[in-house]
Amino acid sequence: MTGRISGPAMTKMQASVLIVVIVGVGAVAMSAYLVLEVPARQRLIVSTTTSLYETGFLDELKVKFEAKYSNLNVSFISQGTGLAIQTAMRGDADMILVHDPAREVQFLQGGYGVNRKIVAYNFFIMVGPSDDPAGIAGKSPAEALNMIRSAGLDGAAIWVSRGDDSGTHSKEKSLWKSIALDTKNLRRERWYLEAGSGMTATLKLANEKRGYTLTDIGSYLLNFNNHNIDLVRLVESGKSMLNVYSVIAGDPRNANLTKANFEGSMLLIRYLVSNEGQDLFANFGVKDYSQPLFKPYLKLVESNSDPELIQWIHDLAFIDGSECPDQYRYNAAGLYSMQLTAPVLGVAPFSVLREIQSWILSPKA
Amino acid sequence: MIRAIGLILSGDPEVYRIASLSLYTAGTGTLLSCTWSIPISTVLALRNFHGKRVLKGLFNAAIGIPTVALGLYLYLVLSRSGPLGSFQFLYTPNAIIIGQSILVSPIVVSFSASALESVDPELRDLARTLGASDLQTYGVIIKEASWGVILAVMAAFNRAFGELGIAMMLGGNIRYVTRLLTTAIALETARGEIALSIALSFILLAITVSVSVAVNLARKPTS
Repeated sequence: MTGRISGPAMTKMQASVLIVVIVGVGAVAMSAYLVLEVPARQRLIVSTTTSLYETGFLDELKVKFEAKYSNLNVSFISQGTGLAIQTAMRGDADMILVHDPAREVQFLQGGYGVNRKIVAYNFFIMVGPSDDPAGIAGKSPAEALNMIRSAGLDGAAIWVSRGDDSGTHSKEKSLWKSIALDTKNLRRERWYLEAGSGMTATLKLANEKRGYTLTDIGSYLLNFNNHNIDLVRLVESGKSMLNVYSVIAGDPRNANLTKANFEGSMLLIRYLVSNEGQDLFANFGVKDYSQPLFKPYLKLVESNSDPELIQWIHDLAFIDGSECPDQYRYNAAGLYSMQLTAPVLGVAPFSVLREIQSWILSPKA
Repeated sequence: MIRAIGLILSGDPEVYRIASLSLYTAGTGTLLSCTWSIPISTVLALRNFHGKRVLKGLFNAAIGIPTVALGLYLYLVLSRSGPLGSFQFLYTPNAIIIGQSILVSPIVVSFSASALESVDPELRDLARTLGASDLQTYGVIIKEASWGVILAVMAAFNRAFGELGIAMMLGGNIRYVTRLLTTAIALETARGEIALSIALSFILLAITVSVSVAVNLARKPTS
């Protein structure tokens, strides 16, 4: 850049300008292609959890749902449950698909959400190195955590926490709480690591550190089959390890959510609880893992094959005896009455009574 | 590694779509930024005014602005409950373009201002003597410094093309909508699809390098 440039140099310069222009024009042309390909479809933004997203379930859901409702374009924003709920509260998502009942209640109580439906469930598992230095294999979750902590204090074991305010993190905190330990204090101890990231990243960290961690079954199988990790399953099932996924529509009456796509949200909720949506849960992952990664909740209720499990789900994820109390329902015509066809009498008569009561009292429900 | 190359060669349409969307957002963002950054750099380089040094210092400092910080502020502004929420830009390619255009502005401003300043002052006087107006004089100087300006634009494009924070926070990494090369790499790594991540990173590198090489080739014979 001497400032002394001869005549021919200008033409070379023009050539380079030309290249930049070509790149620019090419980019704009591609943009036209990208924009034109999606002719004015309505957007439906769903903020959701990393576990559902990383397993690829939502990609399949998107394809199937959009095939049926071609005017909708579903966008999934993958975040931990905590952040997913925050996003919806700001009005940046139309609905949430999450797995943290306590925070779902807050979301409803804050006036942000309506028409909660429980759609699926599975179990968390504890995984760790195959030599299992703390000896937790086959123990109950509470025993296992106690053993990991004492081994950890001896320097023999490591626990890796999600540490990202996700639904899995909430579950982990409640498990520690059940043995009277507070993660606020544990995080200061050397054996307790916080990954601060999604499930796969946390599993990989645990794998590198030869540590134990809590994971949903889907994320574990995905990474184990991919040979990303060689951690083994050590503690499984049990009531305290239950994991329940719910879907909640943004309340269009909330000032932050007036632009939310409520109709679209309701279509997706209805789809998820329909036979087709429930089958999607039942079949996803069967081919690769010879078991469904997420089990359909309504199918379970319908078949009434495992009353104890249904009761567990009620205990964990019901609010005042209902999956969604009256005051949190809005234009939900028929969404809750369909449960009357397959009540779980004998198991939770109270919640069924609530359903019947609400059905009679509210003409829309 | 072999799987990664296989993935590129297999010509998966989604991969091309992701790559073209990356080119589109970075290209449009950079061009958009030029519409204000080049005029600003011209004023900054060729005019004398109070506080000029401070302003230049600020632009220089802003070159290194962390993308996550800028992404966060713009997220709050573009959010439906934020001041520009009514445009519903969040989680669209437009949001990424806006973010990247702001991100690269300090690069274009600072680098082109230096290029313009390095043009021989005699040229300016000469143009004046020959009766050029202010605007015409600026035109002559920009023409003279065009190589430096192009380099500035190139650097800006590369920064926009390779950044992750803004694309993730403002775009949301939505499949088919706002998934770029960088966010796809982050996601596929998080998913444990390392081969796919490597394949995507090769494409990212290949495009970055080939754009730079192409521009350099156009210049080389004269230098």
